[in-house]
Amino acid sequence: MKEMFYNRPKPLHIKGRVYKFGDNINTDIIYPGKYLSITTEREEMARHCFETVYPEFLKIAEPGDIIVAGRNFGCGSSREQAATCLKYFGISAVVAESFARIFYRNAINLGLTVVIAPGISKKLEHNDIIEVDLKMGIIISKKNREELKTIRLPSSVLEILSAGGLVPYLRKKLGVEQ
Amino acid sequence: MPTIAEKILARAAKRDQVKTNEIVMAKVDVAMSHENADVVIRAFKEIGLKKVWDPERIVIIFDHRIPAESEKSAATHKRIREFVKTQNIKYFYDMREGICHQVLAEFGHCRPGEILVGTDSHTTTHGAFGTFAAGIGGTEMAGVWSTGEIWFKVPESMKITVHGKFKEFISAKDLILFIIGQLGSDGADYMAVEFHGSTISEMTIASRMVLSNLSMEMGAKVAFILPDEKTISFVRERTKKEFTAVLPDRDAQYARSLDVDAASLRSQIACPHAVDNVKKVREVSGLKINQALIGSCTNGRLEDLKVAASIIEGKNVHPDVRLLIIPASRRIYLDATKAGYIETLVKAGGLVLNPGCGPCLGAHQGLLAAGERCIATTNRNFQGRMGSSDAEVYLASPATVAFSAIKGEITEPC
Repeated sequence: MKEMFYNRPKPLHIKGRVYKFGDNINTDIIYPGKYLSITTEREEMARHCFETVYPEFLKIAEPGDIIVAGRNFGCGSSREQAATCLKYFGISAVVAESFARIFYRNAINLGLTVVIAPGISKKLEHNDIIEVDLKMGIIISKKNREELKTIRLPSSVLEILSAGGLVPYLRKKLGVEQ
Repeated sequence: MPTIAEKILARAAKRDQVKTNEIVMAKVDVAMSHENADVVIRAFKEIGLKKVWDPERIVIIFDHRIPAESEKSAATHKRIREFVKTQNIKYFYDMREGICHQVLAEFGHCRPGEILVGTDSHTTTHGAFGTFAAGIGGTEMAGVWSTGEIWFKVPESMKITVHGKFKEFISAKDLILFIIGQLGSDGADYMAVEFHGSTISEMTIASRMVLSNLSMEMGAKVAFILPDEKTISFVRERTKKEFTAVLPDRDAQYARSLDVDAASLRSQIACPHAVDNVKKVREVSGLKINQALIGSCTNGRLEDLKVAASIIEGKNVHPDVRLLIIPASRRIYLDATKAGYIETLVKAGGLVLNPGCGPCLGAHQGLLAAGERCIATTNRNFQGRMGSSDAEVYLASPATVAFSAIKGEITEPC
């Protein structure tokens, strides 16, 4: 395969800088509808994250950042581009109080780490440095060494995420891996 | 004591029963995609299988950008058509038929008791037929195309019971907007919603589809109307395939219940920029509008065009308003033409666009400039969705949109 998007297993320990959003960040905000005709060029999708409503994101955010959000992150449309653009931008994880179900599944299927952490948005600020430990189900804030609990993924679902997404997971399961 | 969701998932997982919150692998009966089949195709190729699991269970319908608004979309359409030929996909509806959710219903693809997944969030629409119908993303669909299976967490269920008769000009759209306003945009997150009560059983199939369609906007995974005689005869007229309708047990357990009195309901409107920002129309009446839109998978059906035509007949659309009419399908377009609704709406100054999603998702046809305001029968009013991020979209019933189009401002039907 020429370009292997789903290339490597996901690390279960992620460290990064917080980029913060509020509640109900919908998929139209994450990835504007006018760019839905971009269906396969993933690097191009990454150039339009939050472009219409929060254009500053593209200037301030950096690869490796962790998005921290309130309730219902990714609500709205099923557009997979919303998860793909964040992954390809280099966002290392999205941590939210809750997620809308289709975005949540899309992220896991693409190997973009998503973590549900009730109460998280009140405890963290822009630019805080945090560590996410998927295996232990905790987030550690470097600012005050506070440990926050997360809701752990069911093991069968964590298996998909840690394989790097559904494509590498199925390639292995179906025996098409080279 | 299982709910509909639990019964269908148990059957699809070949189990006697399933428990709330457990993860089950379910066999998929119907797998639908629109233009984002392009995303699916790419992921399917990356998975690496030569053939899809079952070309008779995959349905592809073009509706989002038809006719192609750009060279890029034209190329997408072309790639998908080629894939359809190579893989012998049996049910392919090119751009002539209409919006995927309407076309699926018209061609008998939504059957009670089955599992239907679609790469479109409003796939919940098909719960109106007692189908376990949920939206998924493109890569996940590539997994379905490869294996015919998908995992589901068995959802908790919510029972919404509606009794009473609507007042004149009040419809399913007002009811579901009211419910979303009460529950909030994540009020049914991950849940299976069941609609019960006399108001629902008396509703037309078209109106029931409005409820299941918009339940997505409160986070529902699936949204069932209990299948009855009306459902069975609608489906039987459209397919020869066998199916078994499923009803919840009488003592089914619900995580949450809500009762609504339809008789006391007034016209509702979702204000910018969230579908759960719901008010009574009279609270915002008088706001000037630049565009009015009747269409979409939510409200582009024959009964919607009928009510709009009956209100607009003999009058003119306000000179400052662009009234866009988008029948949800070719069938509806033909029926509305035959019934004279199209003529009435065009005479009044309405612009009729080809069946499809139109400007609902901001891809083309009738986008808004900064500072403009649109009242629409569509399903989302997110900031920037229908063009400029400085434009406003209000969501309301076909009756409210029709009255507003004549007056040039948001108007309560009366």
